Amino acid sequence: MSYMASFALSAPEIILSFSAILLMLVAAWGGDKASQAITWLSVLALAAAGFALLGPSGSAGVGYDGLYVADSFASFSKVLIYIGAAVAILIAPGFFDREGEMRAEYPVLILLSAVGMSTMVSAIDMLTLYVGLELQSLAAYVLASFLRRDDRSAEAGLKYFVLGALASGILLYGISLLYGFSGTTSFTGIAAAMKAGMGSGLLFGLVFVLAGLAFKISAVPFHMWTPDVYEGAPTPVTTFFASAPKVAAMALTVRVAIEAMGPATDQWRQIIIFCALASTILGGVGAIGQTNIKRLLAYSSINNVGFALMGLVPGTAYGASSVMVYMAIYVAMTLGSLLCVLQMRTANGTPTEQIASLAGLSRTRPALAAAFAIFMFSLAGIPPLFGFYGKFIVFDALVDVGMWPLAMIGIATSVIGAFYYLKVVKTMYFDEPAAPLAPSRSAAEGVLIALAALFVSPLGYLAIPMLSEVTMNAAHSLF
Amino acid sequence: MNGFPILSIMLAVPLVAAIWCLLSPGEGEAKAQSARITALAATLINFALGLVLWNNYQEGGPRWQFVERADIFGRFSWALGIDGIALMLIVLSVFLMPLCILASWKAIGKRVPEYMGAFLLMETLMIGVFAAQDLFLFYIMFEGGLIPMYLVIGIWGGARRIYASYKFFLYTLLGSVLMLIAMLYMARTAGTTDVPSLMAYNFTPRAQLWLFLAFFASFAVKMPMWPVHTWLPDAHVEAPTAGSVILAGVLLKMGGYGFIRFALPMFPDASAHYFWLVMGLSMIATVYTSLVALVQKDMKKLIAYSSVAHMALVTFGLFTFNRQGIEGALMVMLGHGLVSGALFLCVGVVYDRLHTREISRYGGIANNMPAYATFFLFFTMASVGLPGLSNFPGEFLAMMGTYKASSWAAFIAVTGIITGAAYMLYLYRRIAFGPQKNADAAAMPDLSAREWLVLAPLAAAVLWMGVYPESFLAPMRADVGALLERIQPAAPPSDAALTVPAAVSPVIAGER
Repeated sequence: MSYMASFALSAPEIILSFSAILLMLVAAWGGDKASQAITWLSVLALAAAGFALLGPSGSAGVGYDGLYVADSFASFSKVLIYIGAAVAILIAPGFFDREGEMRAEYPVLILLSAVGMSTMVSAIDMLTLYVGLELQSLAAYVLASFLRRDDRSAEAGLKYFVLGALASGILLYGISLLYGFSGTTSFTGIAAAMKAGMGSGLLFGLVFVLAGLAFKISAVPFHMWTPDVYEGAPTPVTTFFASAPKVAAMALTVRVAIEAMGPATDQWRQIIIFCALASTILGGVGAIGQTNIKRLLAYSSINNVGFALMGLVPGTAYGASSVMVYMAIYVAMTLGSLLCVLQMRTANGTPTEQIASLAGLSRTRPALAAAFAIFMFSLAGIPPLFGFYGKFIVFDALVDVGMWPLAMIGIATSVIGAFYYLKVVKTMYFDEPAAPLAPSRSAAEGVLIALAALFVSPLGYLAIPMLSEVTMNAAHSLF
Repeated sequence: MNGFPILSIMLAVPLVAAIWCLLSPGEGEAKAQSARITALAATLINFALGLVLWNNYQEGGPRWQFVERADIFGRFSWALGIDGIALMLIVLSVFLMPLCILASWKAIGKRVPEYMGAFLLMETLMIGVFAAQDLFLFYIMFEGGLIPMYLVIGIWGGARRIYASYKFFLYTLLGSVLMLIAMLYMARTAGTTDVPSLMAYNFTPRAQLWLFLAFFASFAVKMPMWPVHTWLPDAHVEAPTAGSVILAGVLLKMGGYGFIRFALPMFPDASAHYFWLVMGLSMIATVYTSLVALVQKDMKKLIAYSSVAHMALVTFGLFTFNRQGIEGALMVMLGHGLVSGALFLCVGVVYDRLHTREISRYGGIANNMPAYATFFLFFTMASVGLPGLSNFPGEFLAMMGTYKASSWAAFIAVTGIITGAAYMLYLYRRIAFGPQKNADAAAMPDLSAREWLVLAPLAAAVLWMGVYPESFLAPMRADVGALLERIQPAAPPSDAALTVPAAVSPVIAGER
């Protein structure tokens, strides 16, 4: 395949990389005054990259001599990633302006991270995977400590960096084992080697690679960084962390598990089952005592990742598609709830993260409280909200292959999670009003919240036929 | 009614009204008043539609009528349709709703638009439960009811409302999630989510044992059966009056409806296998909750425990595998829906005046509230099962059916009637008769016109159901027959089967 054809396949990444470099130059010359323009231009770049997926880079096949693939699975993940990244860029000026910290680099860093994530979900070689992952992570480390003068932000960045580096090391060690025992870094090559015989070297490689990936999706037992980083990072960055990188890492995990380790399904299944159940239980129990809403949402994301992983357990196309449906709904719910968190400011404009400050919100800000309640009930998976469908379909995938005992245990753990989501609703609806929050300043945020709320409302069910077709296509491209 | 989507419209009317209540312009009292009027209008429209539904229902016609189907959800569909059993329960729901709105007219003073919105939403979901013909649509409606009820108990409830709302939500959620997995399994195995097809599908007896337990976990909590009934007294006591009415009148019926629509016809073998489990729990419930009701100091708690005891009679009847038992159980469900709703409304009337539910704070109010005392006595008698009032036909049939299935179970079940009379009459005596020992209770004014308007239709319906139960039994008869045809081969052996000479049998064996 010629280079030109390969370039055409990776058009979204190329668009994003060039935009990032150009905007970096604009930032260098224009300074922070240009941040407004850079914000909109970077959203435009993300939109352009998304539209590029309609062309050959949507599903045209393998490029760069087997390092990169453009298939419908990658495209679907990329759409979710770009949406998450765009929202994270759009909400930033409103937040950082108040802190006096809006810097032109912020959108650029998100763009670079988006390039990394794009590469991750298109990787069909361990090296592409690693390069994409590192690009995404390095941008994320900087973003976590973006509020330079804030101790918690700096702490979050450092913690994320140290633990992230450790996880990268584990992942790289696993990759080297796989390479050493199979003689190749390509997914298909590794799969062929595993099919030929599952030695202990390959097995160790598999375990280490999965451990590294579990860190990125923050599945238990590699979740410890999540609450601290979510709490310390500025809220727009938390919004970003909770959405786009989660989708990318989850898609990557699905692809690695199925394309590279498909023949070893029986081996990794136990690991995934353990991670999934541990995440749903610990994500539920850990959140109960939280008083900080961002920490609570961090545990909620651990909990949700557990449910998404359940869809991977069967190792079937239907299972993989259910994971993607789950992630699509999860992105809407998590973006929505963190956008609501962004509205939490005391009367003088200082952001607050205490759940107690939400007390009586239904009387002071009924619309915001209603949206927040919708996201909470939806995250808990209570019908008729759309979050229910995500749980429904991953458990359907489990029952499909006869794993109903696991489905029974898994769904029982969702009741633990329901408890703390109810706590937030209780605070907003049942408690006496606390000091009222400052009125919303950004119309864009209101619109985004309304859109997310509409998607997770029962109206979302109308999207099911479209969503299942797209995700089934995506999943079939893995097999 | 060819092609006219009346069920969808009945679902849409309250939903639209709920949205309007929440989003309509206006402020403060004006908005509250407009929400009250919107809610009353919407529920009355739905009641009218319910009557149209009843009127157009063809007895002896096709089993499933007013069928609608749209495959818009991919994995499952928007499938609605009713048989006679669902019809009667829908009529009960739409009949109670306007009364609930009227009962909350003055009692609810804060956050009225949200309150009315929650109730209207609940009406949509209740009708949806009874009309759903798709397994998962049923589940969504069944579970969705938790959210508005949680808010109603938590926002407008009494002192321990938060504890009660959590308990209500988590208890029922834990009960239901296992049912979801069972439903997924059934849809996979049978290859359809269509309820009528599933009712005819034969699952292997081994699978049935598990599936039944999963459904049982959900419906037993909802019903509620001993020992998972403990959420009910808390929820009832803390909920506002209208919330209790809906809880007792309709939400509890979802458990019984679930048994009759899912557990029995889909798992007949398992139902027979677990015959003694259900009978045993029902026997304990009858004796235990009746005794507990006897010692209550709180009026609402007493009526809540009496609900549990009545629901035990429903489970007795449903699992008898004979016509009298099942028809009796259905009649108890309908009768109890009216009577317990009415009793909670009666409690609400005095609660609005004195703001306490403690029985000892009242006494002798027959003197100053004669009309109220008459209504209260009327509904007390109905609850006791006085012939000529709504609960008698159901209780009698259920008891007779139970005797045909097992004489021991019937023996215990009958004690429930005796203790039932004891605790209800004891309650009435302490409240209405005797010396007027509390000055504030003695000063309470009698029923207002609005309260008359709430209680009189209920009294009329109670009388109608007692004097001429045929109106209510007739639409359900064919459906009970179809159910019996399905489950009778699996019926467990009975110790009380009469060996009747052939010539005499028609007289004894059936009411028809």
